[in-house]
Amino acid sequence: MRLLESTALQIKQKILSKQIRVVELVGQAFARIKAVDPTIQSFISLNEESALKQAREIDEKIDHNEKVGLLAGIPVAVKDNLCTRGLSTTCASQILKNFVPPYDAYVVKRLKEEDAIIIGKTNLDEFAMGSSTENSSFQITRNPWNVACVPGGSSGGSAAAVAANLTPMSLGSDTGGSVRQPAALCGIVGLKPTYGRVSRYGLIAFGSSLDQVGTMTKDVSDASLLLQVIAGKDSKDSTSVQTPVPDYLQGIDNNIQGLRIGIPKEYLTEGMHADVHKALKDALRIYEKLGAKIIDVTLPHTEYAVAVYYIVANAEASSNLSRYDGVRYGIRSTNAKGVIDMYCRTRAEGFGNEVKRRIMLGNYALSSGYYDAYYLKASRVRNLIKKDFDAAFEKVDCIIGPTSPVPAFKIGERANNPLEMYLSDIYTIPANLAGIPGISIPCGFSKDGLPIGLQILTKHFEEKQLLHVAYSFERETDYHLKRAVI
Amino acid sequence: MKISKKDIRYVAHLSRIALSDNEEELFVHQLSDILSYIEKLNQLNTDNVDPLVYTTNTFNVFREDALEKPLAIEDAQYCAPSTMGAFFKVPKVIE
Repeated sequence: MRLLESTALQIKQKILSKQIRVVELVGQAFARIKAVDPTIQSFISLNEESALKQAREIDEKIDHNEKVGLLAGIPVAVKDNLCTRGLSTTCASQILKNFVPPYDAYVVKRLKEEDAIIIGKTNLDEFAMGSSTENSSFQITRNPWNVACVPGGSSGGSAAAVAANLTPMSLGSDTGGSVRQPAALCGIVGLKPTYGRVSRYGLIAFGSSLDQVGTMTKDVSDASLLLQVIAGKDSKDSTSVQTPVPDYLQGIDNNIQGLRIGIPKEYLTEGMHADVHKALKDALRIYEKLGAKIIDVTLPHTEYAVAVYYIVANAEASSNLSRYDGVRYGIRSTNAKGVIDMYCRTRAEGFGNEVKRRIMLGNYALSSGYYDAYYLKASRVRNLIKKDFDAAFEKVDCIIGPTSPVPAFKIGERANNPLEMYLSDIYTIPANLAGIPGISIPCGFSKDGLPIGLQILTKHFEEKQLLHVAYSFERETDYHLKRAVI
Repeated sequence: MKISKKDIRYVAHLSRIALSDNEEELFVHQLSDILSYIEKLNQLNTDNVDPLVYTTNTFNVFREDALEKPLAIEDAQYCAPSTMGAFFKVPKVIE
């Protein structure tokens, strides 16, 4: 297997045993990006100069047998809604096209402390609002398995960069499935931690009660490693929790004899693609063979999750995005009369249609006379959705289903119907509403050769169990070893 | 639920977004479709259900009341469209 097709743990082993130099690795990564990314379009900006400088510094540390970090020399791509000091951070929006943050997001700071190399910033749906990365105001990212298809979204750039072997790992963010869904569509592993497990400081806010930074990797062990680095309490995010961070790799290969797996009947809906259904059934057979018990559970309010989400997420977004007013950073409209006109024109020129639609929907749901009927109603149904999970987890240790009802769809196919696009997140949204962790792992391919993802969900703060269940499937299968040819 | 152009203008004003006539037309249809879909929430009786905002157990978060180094003015102003001295400059607020 070629170097850039390897996992981060395999590469790290080669670096630490001095089989390869970090400078060489990073050079190879940029050479591949320049050859392949004009087609895939996963990066918005590259960080070549400082990446090479940092690579030389880590090589020196290794030459002198100094202590190095958990991600020593590993290239990591970062979604362009995570602030990077001195490195442009755009959210794929015109309104932030010239924004250079004066500080690092907590997770970016942690990457640097552990000697990871930030190679660039990846494309997304504008402000992470979308499920296909077609809403970027800069470029359309393509799926490395079939460049006529979308990579999913909103972390489509981060997913495609890993799937195209441009980087072994990347960070994304997940508000309604934005890490798990593109991971599924690109055939990689995407992990959304429990709300509060990872600090949101420096993650440009979308839906603050839902947002979580997640990992995108080639396998489950790499997901464990990257989560190890970014998890933990941060005083700058008061919703991050004190709960101790366990060693995620320790015991990951224990057997799963007697594990109780819940299958929600609501996830076996008619909207599911036949190939996805088959892959799910095959996956459950493997789990049974490994000694797990498959138990039917019910999550009766699943069908309301998308409606709840589009009220709650957009209400929060309408408030969060009010900061883009052309005053302190970002673009400002030049031909305004007075300050209110300046706000209105700046936002009209700076935001794309999807962002405008969601801000207006959110403000409508929060406006006088509609607050009770929309926002409060949705928040109450959100509680019902969380209670569904609480009841299910009384009976089972984890819940398994598909990540996305369909494999990657064609570019443009759903772009003109916002509601249809929203419904592609039906299986991922409930975890954000309930705050529980979820992972998507490769579990097969469609007849057309497109990857299919299996979603596993556990209780709050049980990422260790989640990774363990995911790893036990991965060890029995070779889907995670397949690489897109590009 | 059908919403009118008047509703769209009102919510665009609340959102501080200037819309063209074409955009008003587009958003009237799209927001009406989305709100109709959202009405399915009314199938559920939620009279005895509390609203949920925080999904994990929350507790008050204190920190030491100690000075921290703030962002330097030049860092804070680095991306500003217009500044004057230590301030951000905006168009006239009061005529």
